[in-house]
Amino acid sequence: MQIDPIHQFQITNLIPIASVGGHEIAFTNSALYMMIIVAAVSALFIGATTRRAVVPGRLQSIAEVFYEFVAKTVRDSAGTEGMKFFPFVFTLFMFVLFANVIGLIPYSFTVTSQLIITVMLALTVFFLVVGYGFWRHGLHFLNLFVPKGVPIYILPAIVVIEVLSFLTRPVSHSVRLFANMLAGHITLQVFAGFIIMLAGFGVIGMFGAALPLFMVVTLSALELLVAVLQAYVFAILTCIYLNDAIHPGH
Amino acid sequence: MAEPSTQTQAPAGQTSFPPFETQNFPSQIFWLVLTFALLFVLMWRVALPRIGSILAERSKRIADDLTAAQSFKEKSEAANAAYEKSLTDARARAQSIASATHARQAAEAEATNKRLEAELHERLAAAERSIAATRTAAMGNVGTIASDTASALVERLIGKAPADHEVANAVGDALKRRG
Repeated sequence: MQIDPIHQFQITNLIPIASVGGHEIAFTNSALYMMIIVAAVSALFIGATTRRAVVPGRLQSIAEVFYEFVAKTVRDSAGTEGMKFFPFVFTLFMFVLFANVIGLIPYSFTVTSQLIITVMLALTVFFLVVGYGFWRHGLHFLNLFVPKGVPIYILPAIVVIEVLSFLTRPVSHSVRLFANMLAGHITLQVFAGFIIMLAGFGVIGMFGAALPLFMVVTLSALELLVAVLQAYVFAILTCIYLNDAIHPGH
Repeated sequence: MAEPSTQTQAPAGQTSFPPFETQNFPSQIFWLVLTFALLFVLMWRVALPRIGSILAERSKRIADDLTAAQSFKEKSEAANAAYEKSLTDARARAQSIASATHARQAAEAEATNKRLEAELHERLAAAERSIAATRTAAMGNVGTIASDTASALVERLIGKAPADHEVANAVGDALKRRG
């Protein structure tokens, strides 16, 4: 059971709270880690900036670097009007980033390895794009699906493809993050399991276990990269989708 | 996705895959909405405006400091230019004073020189005149002395004094011959 690579994704009810319409609402390990994420992000961006120092300390510097980085990302990919969504994109990026990185701590729980979480986040972005697009541009938002300069006889096919690709966005958006986190954690767990299995085979096994140990160390570094990169990818895709809502005419 | 299980928790070792267990979805959605909304409000209302104002204040402060530094630099350059100018003026004035003094002293020295020279010329001329007078007087006495001496010599030789006019004629001839 210790070596079961799926066990780490198990949701455990810590405190059952209520049952709404046959659905149980409970305080789970997932909920606990979401709260830890909120606490950690708040500690960095609110706790470390209370002094409002003109010459920042280390944590305030980190907070400012993140602020400027996300602001630049939003402005570059969604324009100045996209800065309306800066708080949302910032929250999304920090939530995913902290979920991914906190999940790398051994024995912790990775919130973003739960499909429902990434699906909910991606759907939020999707409906935000659709809602803002129609609110801002009315039916002109549908120009998004009609690229300019396409010959009329292939236009229907193009429109169908555009609509389909638009509708599948939440799927790719959410599954990309979910699958990356899930696969990475399973791989780490499998190699960690090899260490324990080989170490059980006596002295030779102990030497043999050095190989998967090396793999785990290497993969941990890779997974840290993946954790940060996937959070960034999630955020920048959000910016690109929001850009469609702001400028649907391409 | 896996079929919803009737159990709230799948026992370990079961083939079901936790991320696909739909019975966990409601509480995850509930807590996600709660925590994400909380985080969004905290970031939107507290953290981001604060960091934004910190950054704006810092860039304003830097711009102000740069402006102040620029104005100080201009002031110091102006002060430096004024100092240079006064130094040049003072130097020019010193130069003119020195040359005026030099010219005045040269003129004075020249005048003194001329005066002394004229005085010396005068004295030299006077001395020459007196020498000439003395010489003329002396030369005038030579004839008388020669006549006296000659008459005395003749008297001693011949025992009788010659006539004065003869002696005078002889001396006159002798002096004429000597030139």
